[in-house]
Amino acid sequence: MAETGKPSYKFNKSKIKVPMREQKPEDRIFNFEEVPLGYTEEEATCEGQRCIQCKDKPCVSGCPVGVDIPAFMRLVGEGQFEAALRKIKETNFLPAICGRVCPQEDQCELVCNLNKPQQERQPGGVGRVERFLGDYAMEHGLNVTPQCDSPTGKKVAIIGSGPAGLTAASDLCQRGHDVTVFEALHKPGGVLFYGIPEFRMPKAILVREIDGLRQMGVKFVMNYPVGKAESLKSIRDRFDATFIATGAGLPWFLNIPGENLNGVYSANEFLTRVNLMGAWRFPETDTPVKDIKRIAVIGAGNTAMDSARTSKRLRPKKVYLIYRRSRLEMPARAEEIHHAEEEGIEFNLLHAPIRIIDDGTGAVCGIECQEMELGEPDASGRRRPVPIAGKTKIFEVDTVVIATGQGPNPLLTADVPELKRDARKGTIIVDEKTMQSVTWPDVFAGGDIVTGGATVILAMGAGRMAANAMHSFLMTGTTQTA
Amino acid sequence: MVNKIVAARLLAEKTMLFEIEAEHIAQRGRAGQFVILRVSEPGERIPLTIAHRDVAKGTITIVAQEVGKTTRDLNALKAGDAILDLAGPLGRATAIPEGGKTVVCVGGGIGNAVVWPMATAMKEAGNRVIAILGARTKDLLILEDEVRAVSDQVIVTTDDGSYGRKGLVTEALQGLIDEGLKIDECITIGPVIMMKFVCKTTQPHGIRTLASLNPIMVDGTGMCGACRVTVGGETRFACVEGPEFDGHLTDFDELMKRLAYYKPEEARSLERAEHACRLQQAADQLLAERDR
Repeated sequence: MAETGKPSYKFNKSKIKVPMREQKPEDRIFNFEEVPLGYTEEEATCEGQRCIQCKDKPCVSGCPVGVDIPAFMRLVGEGQFEAALRKIKETNFLPAICGRVCPQEDQCELVCNLNKPQQERQPGGVGRVERFLGDYAMEHGLNVTPQCDSPTGKKVAIIGSGPAGLTAASDLCQRGHDVTVFEALHKPGGVLFYGIPEFRMPKAILVREIDGLRQMGVKFVMNYPVGKAESLKSIRDRFDATFIATGAGLPWFLNIPGENLNGVYSANEFLTRVNLMGAWRFPETDTPVKDIKRIAVIGAGNTAMDSARTSKRLRPKKVYLIYRRSRLEMPARAEEIHHAEEEGIEFNLLHAPIRIIDDGTGAVCGIECQEMELGEPDASGRRRPVPIAGKTKIFEVDTVVIATGQGPNPLLTADVPELKRDARKGTIIVDEKTMQSVTWPDVFAGGDIVTGGATVILAMGAGRMAANAMHSFLMTGTTQTA
Repeated sequence: MVNKIVAARLLAEKTMLFEIEAEHIAQRGRAGQFVILRVSEPGERIPLTIAHRDVAKGTITIVAQEVGKTTRDLNALKAGDAILDLAGPLGRATAIPEGGKTVVCVGGGIGNAVVWPMATAMKEAGNRVIAILGARTKDLLILEDEVRAVSDQVIVTTDDGSYGRKGLVTEALQGLIDEGLKIDECITIGPVIMMKFVCKTTQPHGIRTLASLNPIMVDGTGMCGACRVTVGGETRFACVEGPEFDGHLTDFDELMKRLAYYKPEEARSLERAEHACRLQQAADQLLAERDR
């Protein structure tokens, strides 16, 4: 098959993506299995053939890790799945994960030349094809571990095994460095393990992708909270360069009365209990989550959708989603919002929680909200919600999950006050091109610990940028590559 | 083998001491800090305070009382077994006075295991250490010799008077105050209700009192907030900001309610494990009879 020139197929001129089959809402709310069922080989091929192989490739620059999207779309269109997988793995070693959790509609698919909503033309289904390839590798037991460069003799420490850490680990290992990843929890994957629910991304996929890294030679040390188990200074002494990717694990609360009542969880606690500890299978597992009759999830980002949809599967009578702004401002992905609504989650927009109510025993029996309306735009450009005088509403619930955001994880940074951080946000200050800390040349940081709570793919992009600069630093002593 | 148990010893009914190989925790750990462990797949994560460290041997010692399924599984382990997952040292170390102070350490039940490292650190810093160790009855008193070895004075109380003084630790503490002893600092660890009343005993006398809190934790690294406690009207995470807080500012009643929240589930989990155990025993017995 020619590497250049026209693909050996006719383009598929359909205006819409090949639909992906999904579990029906009435079925899936009773299980934790994945909602979208993935493409068959035929479906993937058809979707690959929708890519018009344009010259300017806006999708590639729309991808935070710069995947050569037209190349793999074309190979899939030609039915060359293994070659397509190799192509994607040149730049992205986690296609099965990215295909599921990336916000493609804001990235590659947004800028796709096919994307013409006014003509009802949809972009190429990049995410769906990417996911297909990841799953294809898994189903066929394909081992496409990239070839690593010959050993450089340089040792790299990666602190945190979430998306930023895993990406940097993969890139640096490929370039021949000796990479060790330190993880505080007992399972690797960070937010991919404790945060993203099973029905959005099965853990088996994550486990497999991480096994791939191990096969490449990346070492993983679990149960090792750097800053506690070992100081950053000692890590720096032992390694030639260090990448801090400890994420945004610090849950924010609302600072309203009643927040410490029994039945109030941070989204982190709720999702960690269910995802990492497997509480949805209690008592087969040892970590419980309370039986829920009526639950309010506060917030409207992806974490709020994950919490609401997770709780739905624990079979409550009612799941409310409460958000102080309007639908337009909801930060979650459109697909997540759509899935949540399909599953019967009741959205209560323009409601701001003001207090959580005690049932008299120290447990939650309700949450009182101030009703809001939209006023003038604020600094973020979003219309500011303002209270409607005298209008409040009480939701009778036994559980409240607060999903209004997370701050940078303080466990490591608390140990090294000299590491320069943003005074207000607590995020580590780095050069934004190289991810090199402004404090020490051998210390880099990226992902949510630098940006505050963001997305998986942005963290992966930061991991990639850091890996490039770290490689340069390790080989030449400077991050200046040009 | 990682996290290998090098010694396991029954201290009292349902209370085991484990010495575990964990070199980095032995080196980095300080009095008052804890570990999070998991015994088996798919087990839960539980916090246990480090009772002792042996830097030369690279071991730490923990003491566990069987109260639920996880501690039941843990206490079934023997020397030569390994702890599946062990992370630490977590939390902040006890703030130790620089020396020359009179410190009273008040422990109750399983909490006496933590009086041991606290008293050790206090003594090493050159303070005068008085330990008050409480237990329901003589047989449940643990680690008395170890605490005696690092204390200037030890007072033992038992609820039933079977050993030491009959009565509560608060009465012994009140006795010291009434005798006119100048106490610079008090530190307490044990059942929440006991710590609450220790703090009530010292408060009128303005004796600075630290309480080592034991809320439910999941990750133990500041990520979930399950362990949040109210101290001085503010929410604090015991896992990263504690576990020790100013006892006069701590909302013990809230802590007690939060600790009780999962009691029904804990009972269910334990009952299920015991049921499985009984079934296994019955099956073993039937097989043994058949083979006979």
